[in-house]
Amino acid sequence: MTNKGRSYYLIPYYLWIALFVIAPVLLILYYSLFDLDGHFTLGNYVNFFTPVYLKMTLTSFWYAFLITAFSLLVAYPAAYLLTRTKHKQLWLLLIILPTWINLLLKTYAFIGIFGTFGPVNNLFDVFGIGEQQILFTGFSFVFVSVYIFIPFMILPIFSALEELNLSLLDAARDLGASGWTTFRRVVFPLTISGVRSGCMAVFIPALSLFMITRLIAGNRVITLGTAIEQHFLVTQDWGMGSTVAVFLIAIMALFMMLTGGSRKGVQK
Amino acid sequence: MRKNNGFSNLYLVLLFAVLYAPIFYLMYYSFNSGGTMHGFEGFTLEYYREVVQDTRLMIIVINTLVIALLSSAIATLIAILGALAIQYVRNRRAKNTLLSLNNVLIVSPDVIIGASFLILFTIAGIKLGFVSVLLSHVAFSVPIAVLMILPHLQDMSPTLTDAARDLGASRRDVLTKVILPIIKPGIFSGFFMALTYSLDDFAVTFFVTGNGYSTLSVEIYSRARQGVSLSINALSTLIFLFTILLVIGYYFLTRRKSRTAVAIAEPAAEAGVPR
Amino acid sequence: MKPLVNAFLAIVVTALALMYLGAWMNSNEGYSGGNTLTIYNWGDYVDPELLEQFEAETGITVIYQTFDSNEAMLTKVQQGGTTFDVVIPSDYAIAKMREEKLLLPLDHSKLPNLAHLNPRFLNLSFDPGNQFSVPYFWGTVGIIYNPELTKGMDFSSWNSLWDSRLKNNIFLVDGAREVMGMALNSLNYSVNDQNEAHLQDALSKLNRLSPNVKAIVGDEIKMLLAGEEAAVGIVWSGDASEIMDENDKLDYIVPEEGSNIWFDNMVIPRTAANVEGAHRFIDFMLRPEVAAQNAEYVGYSTPNDGAMKLLPPEIAEDTRFYPPAEITDRLEVYDNLGKRMLAHYNELFLMFKMNKK
Repeated sequence: MTNKGRSYYLIPYYLWIALFVIAPVLLILYYSLFDLDGHFTLGNYVNFFTPVYLKMTLTSFWYAFLITAFSLLVAYPAAYLLTRTKHKQLWLLLIILPTWINLLLKTYAFIGIFGTFGPVNNLFDVFGIGEQQILFTGFSFVFVSVYIFIPFMILPIFSALEELNLSLLDAARDLGASGWTTFRRVVFPLTISGVRSGCMAVFIPALSLFMITRLIAGNRVITLGTAIEQHFLVTQDWGMGSTVAVFLIAIMALFMMLTGGSRKGVQK
Repeated sequence: MRKNNGFSNLYLVLLFAVLYAPIFYLMYYSFNSGGTMHGFEGFTLEYYREVVQDTRLMIIVINTLVIALLSSAIATLIAILGALAIQYVRNRRAKNTLLSLNNVLIVSPDVIIGASFLILFTIAGIKLGFVSVLLSHVAFSVPIAVLMILPHLQDMSPTLTDAARDLGASRRDVLTKVILPIIKPGIFSGFFMALTYSLDDFAVTFFVTGNGYSTLSVEIYSRARQGVSLSINALSTLIFLFTILLVIGYYFLTRRKSRTAVAIAEPAAEAGVPR
Repeated sequence: MKPLVNAFLAIVVTALALMYLGAWMNSNEGYSGGNTLTIYNWGDYVDPELLEQFEAETGITVIYQTFDSNEAMLTKVQQGGTTFDVVIPSDYAIAKMREEKLLLPLDHSKLPNLAHLNPRFLNLSFDPGNQFSVPYFWGTVGIIYNPELTKGMDFSSWNSLWDSRLKNNIFLVDGAREVMGMALNSLNYSVNDQNEAHLQDALSKLNRLSPNVKAIVGDEIKMLLAGEEAAVGIVWSGDASEIMDENDKLDYIVPEEGSNIWFDNMVIPRTAANVEGAHRFIDFMLRPEVAAQNAEYVGYSTPNDGAMKLLPPEIAEDTRFYPPAEITDRLEVYDNLGKRMLAHYNELFLMFKMNKK
């Protein structure tokens, strides 16, 4: 398969990596070594290990985990059911369509919907639950984030389910497997690659969410993404901002190593 | 084909209701004469008139679409090659490194990507504007497209390509006749996700744009301080309705055609793209 | 393979057709080539009719580009790669740009309409002698409150915010200078205080405010307050006037201890390509009729005395947004504290945010 020397068609991708990945990463590494006055320092790295940033890292992780978990929980059944509908390709497109409307506008809409006088609270009133504060809570933060990421989870799972050989399911049933067993032993393992790529497409960007933390969580949730944003745009402390980014990239790479390692075990 | 029962239909209906709730909310208030997104006062078409008359906004919408379509198409092409590259690396450590490099841009917050691209472009002497924005959008859309294509390659049985090779197929034939058809759903997912990334991006575009070139996101975000006016809601409503008509119309058009044809056409394939 | 190629071609063809359409619209608008002037401003921060009027008068085509924060704008101007002829940053950003030699000195002889500006708003610490900048709009930082919900509480002091009756009922604007400044003011310190003990006092005082704070938000504070999500907010006066346009139950006050007075000024960056046109534009915006029309469109306070006379009395005589000199004398401009101190302010603000439950 590897047929060296004739892989020239891979050049565009490697070029992309060199220009738009390696070069920026080097730039970030370079910036992370300077303090506010432009002096060389390792102080930024020391600074990262203070309680403030460690707590932020934990928060980011915890929320990214929650967001990924809930996305998966909602997306898997949805993708599964979608594969069984009549116009499945159309429905799938209709899942993606909302993502093409500007995020800031949709977030503003969510502020209205979740607000004290919004439709959700009106509904609560009708059911006699009474007014609840939904905005500016961890719940609304996770909810809106899941909303944003759900198509990224559904799409790969849907494609994986699509490729599933239906005769396998029939075989499992013929052999007397119950619905749940079929799912656990046949369907899920065969779609694990879709699940994995969905989780990656959600978890990785969820680590660095920032705008939603202010708009929906009212700065009650502070993630590494918010910190970087602050350092770059408010304090103009590019050194510290880059340092946080370096850690973010390192954490992502570690995550890749861990999930990548388990792959062989499952598939082969 | 097994039919979904009532309960599962309810689940899908709920999911769609939630997905479209904020959009309908936006659309509803685009008719609000009160001028805000709360407290509906009366019906008006004023904001639609504003949109139609605003040529600057129209040019911005066109810029946005051009960038989104071109960058996603190019990014998907690169991503196909990228996924192949990652797949063909046998060494697990090298593979993970490549994947990590691939994902760097997904994990980096937009400001960092934007700022570092800006520095790169100024070093390279690329004039800020259409070209720099297009390049950046291609750049940050590649990784997500790779993530969408890769699982299809991984699931592909290696025996398939080996068999094709044994039967005397050239490398090129293996690629175009075996691999590409198999990973096609992934390619379309990748394209659509790239489109999503491109349409939604604000920070990167902001940094790398210049010389009067602007996209819709940049315009909307920079209006936030003054309060985003309902004409933006009206514009979004128009775009949304247009897209949904295009998608549904095209879907049924291709479906009718394909009834006579052998296979069901890939509606996702060309939907959204008028001929 | 074939559907893939077809889809790809269809996309490219559509994109090219759109590009052609865009170019055609651009040339119809006269954007391509010739005598142009690039203005870099906040989104929707000028009456578009005035831009058209300026184009008709001078034959110069205006390209309007927008930014959403001073800091982002600064990065763009510093890096270059694109030219801006007129930029409209806020006071502290002007100080920074001046320090970094990013600005061209203005030729006052080309700006005869400068005479219309109120001298109160000239010659301020961020730009002595208005060598580099001319005021565009100005305002204050204060408390916006809903008298119905706060039941007659008096907000003439910053300390009223600490009242336990306001539990979970205050929105703060997401700005370190504004929030720290408010706390410093409440302790009768300056908004520019650099004394570490005073700053620590301010932080612990802020931490005691936490139970009352519902959220710390950005521009969306306007829709939240207009929608009565909370009774009280700390906002810029420009935002306050917009909120009150939407919801007239609310009222705005600048507390007695003092507060911040802010400016958005017009400047010409060093990289400007059309310096002559930039001066013409600035002078055009200083014309009383133009400034008045712009103030009515944008809704912020104009520094132009000539324009004040042309504005409807209910705007010009509103002392909440046009406070008299004895009040503005108590207000302070944010000094450029330098990077280190600014970082320290932000660090303290971050600690306050993280402290919240």
